Amino acid sequence: MTSRSLTPDADAGMAGDSLGREAWRRLKQNKAAMASLWLLATITLVCVAGPWLTPWGLADVDWNAFGVAPTLDGGHWLGTDANGRDLLTRTLYGGRVSLSVALVATLVSLAIGVLYGAVSGYLGGRVDNLMMRFVDIMYSLPFMFLVILLMVVFGRNILLIYAAIGAVEWLDMARIVRGQTLALKRREFIEAAHALGVKDRKIVTRHLIPNAIGPVIVYVTLTVPKVILLESFLSFLGLGVQEPLTSWGVLISEGTDMMQTAPWMLLVPSVFLALTLFCLNFLGDGLRDALDPKTR
Amino acid sequence: MLSYSLKRLLQAIPTMLIVITIAFFLMRVAPGGPFDGERALPPEIEANLMAAYHLDEPLPQQYLRYLGNLLQGDFGPSFKYKDFSVTELILQGFPVSLEIGGLAILLALALGLPLGIAAALNRNSAIDYAVMGTALAGIAVPNFVVAPLLALVFGVLLGWLPAGGWNDGALPNLVLPVVALSIQQIAYIARMMRASMIEVLGSHYIRTARAKGLSERLVVWRHAIRPALLPVVSYLGPAIAGIITGSVVIEQIFGIPGIGRYFVQGALNRDYTLVMGTVVFYGALIVLLNLVVDLLYSALDPQIRYDD
Amino acid sequence: MRKTRLFAGGLLLASTCLSSSAFAETLDIGVTGELASFDTSQVSGGIWESQILMDVYEGLVKKSPDGELLPGMAESWEISEDGLTYTFHLREDAAWSDGEPVTAEDFVFGWRHLLDPANASKYAYMLYPVAGAEAVNTGEQPPEALGVASLDDGRTFQVTLDAPTPYFLQQLTHYTAYPAPKHTHEQYGDDWVKLDHIVTNGAFTPVKWVSQSHIDVRPNPEYYDAEDVTLDGVTYHTIEDRNAGVSRFRAGELDIMREYSSSMYGLLKDELPEATHMSTYLGSYYYAFNHREGHPTTDPRVREALNLAARRNVISEQIMGGTFQPALSFVPDGIAHYDVQEMALEGDMDARLARARELLEAAGYGPDNPLHLRLRYNTTDEHKKIAVAMAAMWRPLGVEVEMINAEATVHYQTIAEGDFDIARAGWIADYNDAENFLSLLHTGVGNNYGAYSNPDYDALLDQAADTLDLDERQQLLEQAEALALEDDALIPMLYYVSRNLVNTRLAGWEDNIEDDHPSRWVHFAD
Repeated sequence: MTSRSLTPDADAGMAGDSLGREAWRRLKQNKAAMASLWLLATITLVCVAGPWLTPWGLADVDWNAFGVAPTLDGGHWLGTDANGRDLLTRTLYGGRVSLSVALVATLVSLAIGVLYGAVSGYLGGRVDNLMMRFVDIMYSLPFMFLVILLMVVFGRNILLIYAAIGAVEWLDMARIVRGQTLALKRREFIEAAHALGVKDRKIVTRHLIPNAIGPVIVYVTLTVPKVILLESFLSFLGLGVQEPLTSWGVLISEGTDMMQTAPWMLLVPSVFLALTLFCLNFLGDGLRDALDPKTR
Repeated sequence: MLSYSLKRLLQAIPTMLIVITIAFFLMRVAPGGPFDGERALPPEIEANLMAAYHLDEPLPQQYLRYLGNLLQGDFGPSFKYKDFSVTELILQGFPVSLEIGGLAILLALALGLPLGIAAALNRNSAIDYAVMGTALAGIAVPNFVVAPLLALVFGVLLGWLPAGGWNDGALPNLVLPVVALSIQQIAYIARMMRASMIEVLGSHYIRTARAKGLSERLVVWRHAIRPALLPVVSYLGPAIAGIITGSVVIEQIFGIPGIGRYFVQGALNRDYTLVMGTVVFYGALIVLLNLVVDLLYSALDPQIRYDD
Repeated sequence: MRKTRLFAGGLLLASTCLSSSAFAETLDIGVTGELASFDTSQVSGGIWESQILMDVYEGLVKKSPDGELLPGMAESWEISEDGLTYTFHLREDAAWSDGEPVTAEDFVFGWRHLLDPANASKYAYMLYPVAGAEAVNTGEQPPEALGVASLDDGRTFQVTLDAPTPYFLQQLTHYTAYPAPKHTHEQYGDDWVKLDHIVTNGAFTPVKWVSQSHIDVRPNPEYYDAEDVTLDGVTYHTIEDRNAGVSRFRAGELDIMREYSSSMYGLLKDELPEATHMSTYLGSYYYAFNHREGHPTTDPRVREALNLAARRNVISEQIMGGTFQPALSFVPDGIAHYDVQEMALEGDMDARLARARELLEAAGYGPDNPLHLRLRYNTTDEHKKIAVAMAAMWRPLGVEVEMINAEATVHYQTIAEGDFDIARAGWIADYNDAENFLSLLHTGVGNNYGAYSNPDYDALLDQAADTLDLDERQQLLEQAEALALEDDALIPMLYYVSRNLVNTRLAGWEDNIEDDHPSRWVHFAD
């Protein structure tokens, strides 16, 4: 198990460029992943271009259509909400918020969590102990007050809220990556790299993290729905999006209240969310295979 | 191992002290107070309330008072639920949350792990797609949708099970909340188990084991499952702490008298003593469970050692 | 409900039957929150709390099923001519659930307990009409200074007021005016309220409390009308999620659910027309204008324009599905001794909008200088829908509305500090009197969120407070409200309605304007 894992890094000079190209080539061969990628791109594009696609604005009220079911004539293809606003339009706008929350928060949690966990696990001993106690502390703090405080200090800034969510979600990621690192670092290929005098920094970034990529990618795909729904709780507190702007999480929780009387209000945003998650999942699996150093 | 555990437990003291300190001041600088409500209180009555709960003292003094009481095991009175102390509320509610949460975790493990393993062993087959499709649906539908839906279908429309209520923990009352709580966990565990199984099955030593001519069954059971459990276990530590301390959504929808609601309601009501009680309790669980996880690592992978 | 209902899931059957006694006719009531305490001085003010407390305690007077005042612990009373002294004669057979008689001493003790600053009662101000009450509550005077006395060896309770208070008898039905058992206080100290020691003087007495789940009460054998009480007990289920309450009612687990959400009304009306109750209620849903310096809402033209453009019937009918009533007054329709004072909004909607545009233009707002308003509301689905609708109604006038939602504690703290242009608020009457609403617009009152201040208005209210003649007082109060509406002091928007689900097998449950339903009147009809 040593030699193969070591070789790509023995000539690390050319790795950066060809690694990406190689992975991309392999990803392209995965049909499910590519279909997901295209669908995800389409959803994103539709959400971004939303305002020009529907005849209604975000806050436009159709005074003749309060809570009407989806219909082809009348212009509300996916129905209206209780306030007479076009649900398709609002779902598309909501997608902008939710997709960007998911993107920013996931990236933040990925960046902090993976590096933190890998360093902690690799260095081990007292450093690991200290770093993990800090994680314990972060876990234990009441999230709601943490976010409120951030808002008090920095003002009502939507980007900051995204970052706050990411700053909480990285904890699980750090614990998982650290666990993987603890197991990996005793393997021969890491010890061999160590013996060869490869720098710690390089061992972490070139050997440990790529070998922990599988669980990381899966956990990322699990983080996305969590983050999107967490945002709706923050909106409840008045810390997320404010009316008339909305998000998928907010639309879904509003729809739950109307579940029995106007099911489309729950179904429409839920379908968008579910589709996105399915795509992310298949794309994640494809990426994992493409990036896996063992199968390279 | 024993000395390591003892050392970790000793470290819990400074960890908890830091948690308590940060949480105490964090909560007190947040806007809103325990007596802000739909009706503004006349100033003289607000003054009486502040005095009764020592909120008129300087913050550091209140902090020391709190620590002092905590050392004597006194979490203080709840601001909102006046006939109970915070200790009583947690002691009364935790067994309930533990029962529901514990059952949910057992169910999640009992279903999630085999499903994940089966999907990994039959990768890209119909089984795989069926399991992962279902799991994704479980992840995509939040519990605040699942719970009322279950109550509606099985409680109202079919009438098979109670739509809510605790009824001192009678079995029929347990079913829906446990199912609602576990659906997402089943999906999480199945997803993670599948991925890490695939990872392990592709690794060199499994290939080596296969090359040695070991039967597939032996390879899977002896060599693959244990290391594959590692990321699941990492996830489970904090996840279990979260689940056995209850879920506000499940408790409110099914009328379960657990402690999950105190985490959210306590915070929304600015019930300072109750919030601190939940923070201390939850923090202790986190510390404990993460220790258990670290010990489990060595059991799953003997190469993992904690030398100091 | 009969708890003998069988669940179809076969293997689950056994355990269910074991846990329920076969023919118990207990009443299962879903209440929307958790009781704070059986000590009436510690109650947090949720409307669900009075349901439980009025079942286990009884004041000097009590309420009939339709909300009329009846003699309670007092069988008769006299009011002095100046309206300042009330003398109550307690009934001979008034008793606590341990058999001890209820005496005037218990009232004296209970009221002093409520006003003792050390007990920090939130609702102590309800007894402020009593002489010396405020001084006792602020600690300036000892509890003995309170204007209450036990006479005739405890058979007569006398109260002295600071000013004639026509609604005082009404107030006595509120839990702040209940007696407290002096003998168990003396015996057990602070532990008197623990279920092991608690005694109550109402039709029921508590026997079990699982926090956040339910409270069980049993009939009080010592209650003077114990023979009339046919229920075996009442169970109050804490149900914070209103849709869950509806599900549990539909599943037959509850006999009464004390609230349902507006979004479920249409479905319930169709499915359970007999069980779905909706009735006039003494509650007002309004938007407060900020009258403090520096807010655009200080301009009366702006306030009038915003009031003109509000289409209340669209909100109540289209958006809330009929679960609110459109309101043109602050004091809700149905208050005793009061004729509703509606604000004059002349013309049809087009005319009103045209007038609103003129007013805004006159106030200096237009396309180049749009009116920007910050509208605050506390987060619930209903408040959100209403805020969105209001913003949409003002948008055609060129008004830009910035909606800001927050959790309740933050919302009320923020609006009490005056950080808003328009704020959502509501008021549910504590007692059936217009003064209860109108005092919210008096200068310097804590609940006057918008800080409306009009010396003429204050003078009318002060004058009414000293007026004994009910008709004369009514006129003064009506004049005051008319003045405030003329000023566009606020946006009266909706009247609350009471919404209950009630098992059709129940008799003795009547809709009433205060939505009070003592369980002692309720029984199963078959």
